[in-house]
Amino acid sequence: MRPFSYLRAQDAPSAVATATGRPETMYLAGGTNLVDLMRLGVAVPDVLVDVSGIASGTVEETGDGTLLVGAGVRNSDLAADPLVRRRQPLLSQAVLAGASGQIRNMATVGGNLMQRTRCPYFQDVTKPCNKRLPGTGCPARTGENRNLAILGHSDSCVATHPSDMAVALAALGAIVHVEGADGPRTVPMPGLHRLPGDEPERDTVLGQGELITAVEVPPLPFAGRSRYRKVRDRASFAFAVVSVAVALDVADGIVRDCRIAFGGVAHAPWRAETAEAVLRGATATETEFARAAEAELAAARPLPGNAFKIPLVRNVLVRTLADLAEAS
Amino acid sequence: MTTLTRPTPSVGSALDRVEGVEKVTGQAKYAYEYAPDDLVYAVPVQADIARGEVRSVDADAAVKLPGVIATIWYGNAPRIAPAENAELSVLQSRRVAYRGQYVAVVVADTLENAVEAARLLRVDYDVEGHDVELRADHPGMYRPEKVNPAYPADTEQGDPDEALAGAEVVVDEVYSTPAEHNNPMEPHATVAVWGDDGLTLYDSTQGATAVRDTVAPLFGLPPGNVRVVSPHVGGGFGSKGTPLSPVVLAALAAKHVGRPVKLTVTRRQMFAVIGYRTPTIQRVRLGADAEGRLKVIVHDAFEQSSRIREFAEQTTTPTRMMYAAPNRRTTHRLVRLDVPTPSWMRAPGETPGMYALESALDELAVACGIDPIELRVRNEPAADPESGLPFSSRNLVACMREGARRFGWAERDPAPGIRLRDGLLVGTGVAASTYPVYRRPSRATATALADGTFTVRIAAADIGTGARTALTQIAADALGVPTGLVRVEIGDSALPDASLAGGSMGTASWGTAVVRACEALTGALRERGGQVPPDGVEVSADTAREVGNGERYARHAFGAQFAEVAVDPGTGETRVLRLLGVFAAGRIVNPKTARSQFIGGMTMGLSMALLEESVMDREFGDYLNHDLAQYHVAACADVRDIEAVWVDEDDPHLNPMGAKGIGEIGIVGTAAAVANAVYHATGVRVRDLPIRVDRLVR
Ligand SMILES: Cc1cc2nc3c(=O)[nH]c(=O)nc-3n(C[C@H](O)[C@H](O)[C@H](O)COP(=O)(O)OP(=O)(O)OC[C@H]3O[C@@H](n4cnc5c(N)ncnc54)[C@H](O)[C@@H]3O)c2cc1C
Ligand code: SF4
Repeated sequence: MRPFSYLRAQDAPSAVATATGRPETMYLAGGTNLVDLMRLGVAVPDVLVDVSGIASGTVEETGDGTLLVGAGVRNSDLAADPLVRRRQPLLSQAVLAGASGQIRNMATVGGNLMQRTRCPYFQDVTKPCNKRLPGTGCPARTGENRNLAILGHSDSCVATHPSDMAVALAALGAIVHVEGADGPRTVPMPGLHRLPGDEPERDTVLGQGELITAVEVPPLPFAGRSRYRKVRDRASFAFAVVSVAVALDVADGIVRDCRIAFGGVAHAPWRAETAEAVLRGATATETEFARAAEAELAAARPLPGNAFKIPLVRNVLVRTLADLAEAS
Repeated sequence: MTTLTRPTPSVGSALDRVEGVEKVTGQAKYAYEYAPDDLVYAVPVQADIARGEVRSVDADAAVKLPGVIATIWYGNAPRIAPAENAELSVLQSRRVAYRGQYVAVVVADTLENAVEAARLLRVDYDVEGHDVELRADHPGMYRPEKVNPAYPADTEQGDPDEALAGAEVVVDEVYSTPAEHNNPMEPHATVAVWGDDGLTLYDSTQGATAVRDTVAPLFGLPPGNVRVVSPHVGGGFGSKGTPLSPVVLAALAAKHVGRPVKLTVTRRQMFAVIGYRTPTIQRVRLGADAEGRLKVIVHDAFEQSSRIREFAEQTTTPTRMMYAAPNRRTTHRLVRLDVPTPSWMRAPGETPGMYALESALDELAVACGIDPIELRVRNEPAADPESGLPFSSRNLVACMREGARRFGWAERDPAPGIRLRDGLLVGTGVAASTYPVYRRPSRATATALADGTFTVRIAAADIGTGARTALTQIAADALGVPTGLVRVEIGDSALPDASLAGGSMGTASWGTAVVRACEALTGALRERGGQVPPDGVEVSADTAREVGNGERYARHAFGAQFAEVAVDPGTGETRVLRLLGVFAAGRIVNPKTARSQFIGGMTMGLSMALLEESVMDREFGDYLNHDLAQYHVAACADVRDIEAVWVDEDDPHLNPMGAKGIGEIGIVGTAAAVANAVYHATGVRVRDLPIRVDRLVR
C-alpha cells in the first residue's frame, strides 16, 4: 500500500482550498468506490480529504416543492426519504436497485455521482486504458465490451457510467451544486457527466478540486407516476446491463409530457430527448412507444459484443411506458 | 469403561455441527489467523504476459521501501526438486506459461509494505505470441492418455455411426460451458514456519496428508519432517484439493528469509493460480426409435489445459453409464493453450458433461413427443452399460417419480412458450444427476481414555461440509456410546494418514477407517473386561486392504433435479422460481449437514446455469472478470425456493456406513434442469451457458 495522508475537512470552502491546485488530492466520502480503486492501484492519491462530515446529510424541502439533497446523504437515507418516495418514486427505486444494503448505507450522493466506470480494463492496472492512462489505448473496443456503451462513445473510450441514481436524476433534470475555488456554481443534469470524446480521463465537467455540496431536485408534478427499471444479470447486487428511468403524464390517451433517461448505454446517463419529443402529443400506445424508442436508438452504434442492448433498451422502455400508461 | 448399554444410534440424526459454537464465536482458527513470532508477509508478483520468459527483475525501487526483507525470483530463489505437477515448480524457471503465473515474491515486515514493494518490482520479459482460444477445430487438439482420475479418454461399443444413420429420431447438437472459477469464502492461505526439525505449514487445504506428501520431497525432506495443520477450512470445492503453487511459494519464501512467512492468495489471484473448470465444447448425438428408446449415444468433448500440465477433465464419463444403448462412443480431446491450468471444481466432469447429455435428452423427449421422465425410465439400463457389472444400487427412477410427485409434474403441459404469469413466461424442466462412489485407503486411531471418553484421530478435512460431525456420529455408533463422549481430531498431518476431501469420498473413506479403529478398540476393551488403564488404550486401523479388495459392482449415486423458471419476454431475464432435488445416495449420515451439501450444490448449479462465466481476454490472455463484482455467483435473491430430499436407499455393497458421497451430486444436472425449463418457458433452446439476457433478448 502506498502511504497517503488523511485530512478531515471542516467545511466545504476549506476542503476546496486544500484540494485546489493539488491533483494528487482526492475527496473521500463513503469510500465504497475510492477505497477499492486505491487497493487496485487505480487511484493513487497522496492526500485524502474526508468530506463525509461536512457535506450536508439532509434532504430539505424548499418553498416551491424543490428538494435539496445534501451531498453527504447516504444512498439508503435518500431511497427511504418519504418525500422522495412519494414525489419521485423513480429516484428511490433507482437508488435501491444499486449495490447492496451495506454499500448503500455507506455510499453518499456525491460519491455516487462521481463513481468511476466499471470497465474491466480501467480497473486492471496491468492493462492499457485511455481513461486511466491517457494515450495508452482502449482495449475494450476490440476486447470484452458486452457491458459497455452503444451510444455517444468515441474511438478513445467506450465505457459506461455505472450509477443508477444518476439516471433518475438526469430524467428529473436535477441541478448539481458545486463549490470551487471561485465560489459556488450549479451544473444541470444531464450535463454533469461528459461523453468521452478525446478526453476520456474526464468523467464529468467538474474542474480539479471542485466539490459537490448538494443536488437540487426541481418539482415535476407528474413524477409521482414514474419508474426505474433496471435489467441485470443477477437478481440483486449487480450493475445494470441497461436501465430506463421514466416519468409519464398521460391524459385522455395522449402523452402530455414525459421524461426518459437510459443507464448502462453511455459514458453519461443518457437523456432520451429524441424519444421524449416523439412522444409529446402522441397517443399512449405501444406502437407510439416503440416509435419513440427506435427514434432514440437510431443513433446507437453497438460494439461487437453488445448489439443485444439495442432491442433490450427498446423492449424495456416500451414495457415501462406501457405499464405507466396503464396505471394512469 | 463405564457405559456398556448401547444408546440410540446417532447416524441418521441431525446432530448440530460439533464445532459450530467455535465457529460462530470466532474461536475456530483458519490458516491465515496463525501468528507465530517473527512473522513476515509475502506478496506474490504475477506475470503480466501470457507467454514468454522473464528476462530480468529490477528490485531497486522495491528494496528501498521500509520493511522490505527480500525480493525473490527465478534468479535468486532457492532451488527445489522437480515436481510431477509443474505448477509446483514455482520460481524455478524463466518461462511464463500463462498470464498471472507467479514470477516473483516480495517479503516485508507488514502486509502493506509487501503489497507496495510488489507493486514497485519491475519484471522485464521476452514476450512471445500467445494462443488462449479454445476451439473444437483447433489444430492442437489431441487425445490424452487418460482423463481424470484414470479413465480412458475414448470408449466405443457397437457401431455408433451406422446406428446413427439408421435411427428414426436423431438429436445432434453442440453445447458449450464456459470456464468457471471456484470462489470459496476463505481464499487460499498459508503460514510457513521452518524449524530445526523441518517445516510446519498452517494451510487452507482439503487434505493435510496430501500437502505434506507433495511439499516434503520438493524441499528434500522426509514426509515426517513436514507438518500440515489445517483444523478449519472455509470452503474449497476442489480448488484446495491438489496442492498448487501458493503453498510452495510460502514455504520457499520462508526458507529464503529464515523467518515464518504468511501468504494469502487474493481474490484476483485466485482467477489465475488455483485452477478452474475448463471450458468445454460438447457435441452430443442421440439416435432413438420413435418411442424414444436409445439406439446410440455419441458424446465428444473438447477442452483445454495449460502448457505446463495436462489436466484432462472427464467430461463424458457419465455418458458411459447413464442410459442403456447398444451403440455408444465417448471421446475427449484436449488442447494445450497459454492459459492457467484447470483443476478440480465440484463434480469435475459430471457437471459440464451432464449439462450437455441431459439437455440433449430433453431435446430427444421433445423430438419424440415423450415426457422427459418417461424417456429416462425407458432407457434405464439393467446393468452398467460399459462394464456389464451390476449396479450396487440404482434409484434414478425412484428419484424421478418422487420428484414428479412433489413438484406437481403430472399437471405439466409439455407445449413450450405458452404460459404467461404476471407478464412472465413460466416453464419447468427436469434432469438427472449422478456421481460415482469412490473410496480411498485411510488410517485412523481410536483411544479409550480413563475418564470414559474416546478420542478418534484421522487426518481428514472438514472444509465446511460437516465431516467432523459425521465422523463423530460414525465413531459414536461404532463404539456404542453417545456422541458427547467422542472427540474427533482431524485437520493435521501428524494424525493418521487420510485421503483428501474430494471426489465425494471423504465420509466413505474416513468413515471406514474410523469404524474399523472403533471396532478394534471395542474388541481390545472387551479383552480387558472393559477396564481402561490410567494412560488409556489406543488401537489403529488401516483400510488399504479392505478398500483394495472390494466386490465388483458399479457404484454410483443418482438424483433428479426439477426447476421452474420465469423469463421476462421483453428482456430475457431468467429467474429460477423453484428448485427441487431428489437424491438416492445410500444412507444419509446427518440429514442437516447433508441437506446443506445438496442445496449448496444445487445453488452452485443454478449459478452455473444463469451467471457464472470466466471471460478469457484474447488480447491479454487472462480471465478478465477476476473479482466478485464482475464474476457473478448467485446471490440470495437468486435462490427463492430450493429443496432437497432423498429416497431411502439400503446398499450393502458400499462401506460400513452404507453411505454414498453427497458433496458433489447436488450440482450435477441442475444447469440442464434450468436450461430445459427455459426451453419449456420460452420455446428457445439455449445451448451455451450461462443463460443470460443476451442469449434470449430479441
Ligand atoms: C460491489 C459493488 C456493487 C455496486 N453496485 C452498484 C449498482 O448496482 N449501481 C450503482 O449505482 N452503484 C453501485 N455501486 C457503486 C456505489 O454506488 C458507489 O461506490 C457509491 O455510490 C460511491 O459513493 P461513496 O460515498 O462511497 O464514494 P467514494 O468512494 O467515497 O468516492 C467516489 C468518488 O467520488 C468522489 N467524491 C466523493 N464525494 C464527492 C463530492 N462531494 N464532490 C466531488 N467528488 C466527490 C471521490 O473523490 C471519488 O472519486 C456498487 C459498488 C460496489 C462496490
Ligand atoms: S472503454 Fe474507456 S475505460 Fe474502458 S479501456 Fe477503453 S478507455 Fe479505458
